[in-house]
Amino acid sequence: MTSNGKPKFAMYWAASCGGCEIAVLNIHEKILDVDANFDVVFWPVAMDAKYKDVEAMEDGSILLTLFNGGIRNNENEHLAKLLRQKSKILVAFGSCACEGCIPGLANLSPVGEIVHTAFSTLSTDNPHEIYPRVSFDVPEGELHIPKLEPILRPLDQVVDVDYYMPGCPPESHQIAAVVDLVIKVLRDEAQLPPKGAVIGAGNSTVCDECKRTRNVKFIREFKRIQDIAPVDPTLCLLEQGIPCNGPATRSGCNARCPSAGAQCIGCYGPAEGVVDYGARLITAFSSVVDAREPEEIERILDGIPDPVGQVYRFNLAGSLMKAAKPAWQKA
Amino acid sequence: MTENFEPTIIGFTCNWCSYRAADLAGTARMKYAPNVRLIRMMCSGRLDPTFVLRALSGGADGVMITGCHPGECHYIEQNYKALRRYLLLKRVLKGMGIEPERVKLVWASAAEGAKFASETTLFVEEIRKLGPLNWGKPTERLDDLQEEISKTEEVPA
Repeated sequence: MTSNGKPKFAMYWAASCGGCEIAVLNIHEKILDVDANFDVVFWPVAMDAKYKDVEAMEDGSILLTLFNGGIRNNENEHLAKLLRQKSKILVAFGSCACEGCIPGLANLSPVGEIVHTAFSTLSTDNPHEIYPRVSFDVPEGELHIPKLEPILRPLDQVVDVDYYMPGCPPESHQIAAVVDLVIKVLRDEAQLPPKGAVIGAGNSTVCDECKRTRNVKFIREFKRIQDIAPVDPTLCLLEQGIPCNGPATRSGCNARCPSAGAQCIGCYGPAEGVVDYGARLITAFSSVVDAREPEEIERILDGIPDPVGQVYRFNLAGSLMKAAKPAWQKA
Repeated sequence: MTENFEPTIIGFTCNWCSYRAADLAGTARMKYAPNVRLIRMMCSGRLDPTFVLRALSGGADGVMITGCHPGECHYIEQNYKALRRYLLLKRVLKGMGIEPERVKLVWASAAEGAKFASETTLFVEEIRKLGPLNWGKPTERLDDLQEEISKTEEVPA
């Protein structure tokens, strides 16, 4: 291990797609500032390192760890606990670590069903029905792979988290701003935000950043965006009947999707003060439905074919319910 | 399901009609199932779906939402908002494998103490048939619910 006097930096991926790492590299030449100011001690996607090297480090010796991905198996859990122990500042980096993200939607199904779907569906070429096993004997000895846990958990359901950095992935300009802030803190030119704060994002909603024109909303029909031609380029998408998640979603992305003509799907997670993301969206959508009779309301709501996917696409594992009943029952 | 399962029900009542109905049922000494814990709000339109999810995830087996009859809301039309939220919330609950019948909306005017009492008893029996919800590993307790209501922001109009 190097001892060049620079503070130590680590980044780890648990149950995630790797998009967060790409977002970090997307800060371009600013990555050189990271290298100039930090000693990168552990970052599996970028450099070779062994878990036992991390285990050998002194507790609290890593200044900053960016942890992306949710906790899906016992390896994820081990690393989360290990990095918590070794790090002064642990950041839940990206939507998966903050609130479960897309992998969190697996919390709608029991683990057995997930494995079965992955290894036995029509699109999978698995004629001998080979399934992964937690341990397997080979001539050289016994091999182990990590064991799946009943549900996916965001990082803060497993260990104490210092800061949250939302986004799927976090926007690169936000990452660059956070890198700048940490470097300033190292030089005593700035203060860290209070523990538990959301960093690298705004305090308002996506609607607040959205440039589209907003009037009074009266929705008599919800439609999928691909069924509307043409989509008005300047009018609020929700007013056009497209279920846009902007009203519940935290700002920070400069309303990228609505600016590009697509509805917000909520990757920046709950806006400031929102306890349950889905509940806030239910409130928002219900407020704009222009009907009073139950039958008419039901007809309009039929326009949202997958209510759970709509209101909890990124947030199911971090919601109050955390998982659907089938996932709990088979636990 | 155990033989002597007693459902825990959280009831949300509005200040102007359904809470008065509950009050009337009490002063008139009407008998109804004791399983419901009432929380009074100014209007059924104040019902943030968060409260329902908090109750269900915190150990409640069912949630009863009550308000003024359509057209009789003290705040003109907020009970219609409650109705729409209720209908969308039920769809979300169903998607999460929770029986939508665990949440019920009842309209009761201040004069309908008897209706409040009979609807409560009926709901308790329906939940008794469904059995306990036993949601996951509840980390928050029901006592936090009242605190939650005072903490959350206003529901946007």
